[in-house]
Amino acid sequence: MRIALFSDIHANREAFEACLADAEHRGFDRIGLLGDIVGYGADPSWAVDVCARLVEDGAFALLGNHDQAVFASEEDMNSRAREAIRWTRTRLDHAQTEWLRSLPFLLREGEILFVHANAWAPESWGYVTGSREAERSMRRTDARITFCGHTHVPAVHHMAPARPAAPFVPVPDRAIPFLTSRSWLAVIGSVGQPRDGIAAACYALYDTATRELTYRRVAYDVDAAAEKILRAGLPSSLADRLHRGG
Amino acid sequence: MPDGRLIRGTEVDGFRLEEEVHRGGMACLWRVTKPGEKRPMLMKVPFLGGGDDPSAIVGFEIEHMILPRLGGPHVPQFIAAGDFAVLPHLVIERIPGKTLEARVKDAPLAPERVASLGARIATALADLHRRHVIHFDLKPANIMFREEGPAVLLDYGLARHDELPDLLAEESDMPIGTPAYIAPEQVLGIRTDPRSDIFSLGCILYELTTGRLPFGNPQGRAGMRRRLYQDPPPPRAIVPHCPLWLQEVILRCLEVDADARFRTAGLLAHALQHPDQVVLTERAERSRAPGFVTHVRNWWRGHDRKPAVATRVAERLDRAPILMAAVDFSADDGAPILDAVRRQVKSLLAGDPAARLVCVTVLKTSLVRIDETIDKSGQNIYLKRLVALKDWARPLDLGAEALSLHVLEAVDPAEAVLEFVRHNQVDHLVMGARGHSAMRRYLGSVSSQVAAQAPCTVTVVRPRAGTSAEAEDETGSALAS
Repeated sequence: MRIALFSDIHANREAFEACLADAEHRGFDRIGLLGDIVGYGADPSWAVDVCARLVEDGAFALLGNHDQAVFASEEDMNSRAREAIRWTRTRLDHAQTEWLRSLPFLLREGEILFVHANAWAPESWGYVTGSREAERSMRRTDARITFCGHTHVPAVHHMAPARPAAPFVPVPDRAIPFLTSRSWLAVIGSVGQPRDGIAAACYALYDTATRELTYRRVAYDVDAAAEKILRAGLPSSLADRLHRGG
Repeated sequence: MPDGRLIRGTEVDGFRLEEEVHRGGMACLWRVTKPGEKRPMLMKVPFLGGGDDPSAIVGFEIEHMILPRLGGPHVPQFIAAGDFAVLPHLVIERIPGKTLEARVKDAPLAPERVASLGARIATALADLHRRHVIHFDLKPANIMFREEGPAVLLDYGLARHDELPDLLAEESDMPIGTPAYIAPEQVLGIRTDPRSDIFSLGCILYELTTGRLPFGNPQGRAGMRRRLYQDPPPPRAIVPHCPLWLQEVILRCLEVDADARFRTAGLLAHALQHPDQVVLTERAERSRAPGFVTHVRNWWRGHDRKPAVATRVAERLDRAPILMAAVDFSADDGAPILDAVRRQVKSLLAGDPAARLVCVTVLKTSLVRIDETIDKSGQNIYLKRLVALKDWARPLDLGAEALSLHVLEAVDPAEAVLEFVRHNQVDHLVMGARGHSAMRRYLGSVSSQVAAQAPCTVTVVRPRAGTSAEAEDETGSALAS
């Protein structure tokens, strides 16, 4: 089964549409949404509706910290994220907010754990920014494979039994075999707000039969998405960083 | 132990174990057969779970990851792999014959023999590097030759594919490699540079030439580190008949600073195939091992840390391409096209300062009569052509290091150019088209045949009718049509 994994869509309609079209073209059997459907971007209502529809059709969706902030507190966030969440609330109706509230922190299927942030404390939103954190996460789950998002920077960490974890920067379109002899943690990059210096949207395809993960980078209309952010009156830096990919 | 179950006649995933052909420290090798499969095959079964050496399993994982992604004549073909949870194994093509280790016993070998073997190994290495893989354990025991000639590189247990995770990244504090052949940067734990393989090949060339290992066979880390600051005795100090060019090539491979080695395995192959084109430096003249302290280099200070950003293998290769100019002096009105080809070459070189230019011209010979080597005015035709080629290249103002000149004699110019491209790791070929001459009508176009069949980028320079000559990219025009 091929799973298309999308994380950190952040209400970026142009980016998510481009990624869905690309995944459609490449072929997949199932969709996994790894959280942060909203926040930062200018199309939260559209994003929630599309994701809810995908879930009705068999996709699974997880809760991200920005999704949670919509119905909980935004106080822990930085000022730009806070401002975006306050604006996002005004764009979502009750049903949409309740749908976000219904999302789980994690999903376990066989040897795979799907989670937005990490496996050691999914609800605390700690970041897997390097191999130390990746190792911490891998040691707290018996799932051999973890897929997460949250950092907006694509990365693959691997760990042999009784050895430290090692990092790897994935190369787009080069399938990485997840050998069964070790543990793997893959940070799926961000659809709607990449932060690895590349503006193109990021998602990944995982084939459960061959155990291969392939990252994709998809060009999208960055100008349109950035323009909408400015028109919505959101912080201009949120528009700028789409151009920079950082 | 899974291995305990293995006896002759056992079936594993449809393969029948016929004979145990090798039992090493980390794995055993079985000759296997399978109904309907004609290829000779080997099954490699690692010894797992003993706990003595974790690198046994890692090496096996690496081969499991890399071998299915490789192809071509220089690698044993991948056939099948067993499930890790059941019985891990790899089935690969069995290459008949012995490894290069068998020939090392006969060393010192004749220089021509060393060059021929070395060129084939370097060609295999160039191919491997183009496929994004660094071997990191090149040694005679890991090299075989197919009956038709090409070298085959075995054992990818320490290898690295630069687009896949490095499974040895966190594996060991000890240098990873075979002590006798390991490159200095590998001793320091750097696993990012394809030129490490060039160093190892330098050790092999040294061994074949002199019958000795350049740095002995050290056992500990201190012994391995010695190559960071001490040069080996020059080959000519051991075998005085070793030609200057061969010593130059070997010592250049063995430079501590990777930047001072051949930039690519392709360039090394080229040097070994064309000894007359090897530029001799002070290395060729060395007659005894240099002093100890003089070789603690500035390099040491700068390179004792891991590089912050690993350069990808492909990028390194791109930075030192082999550019070839096929120069045709035979056209009646040749000057405009010759100038145009040179202009095109010049602009390509400007964008690639590390490129090496190989200039080739074909001297057409006849099948039916014995060709004269002296023209009407008594001059040697071959030499005359070489002089013309040198003159053509002069305005490019390239140092001897960056330029080589070749006059080929052939019946079929297109085939001769293609042969040269194939055997010399050429990355980009520039040649002139014949224009709309009667000759092209009757003889067919050399450039179109070459452009269609060359295994590299080809730029065909064609003068625009009625105006000055202009470059036209073959790929561009192909797309347009």
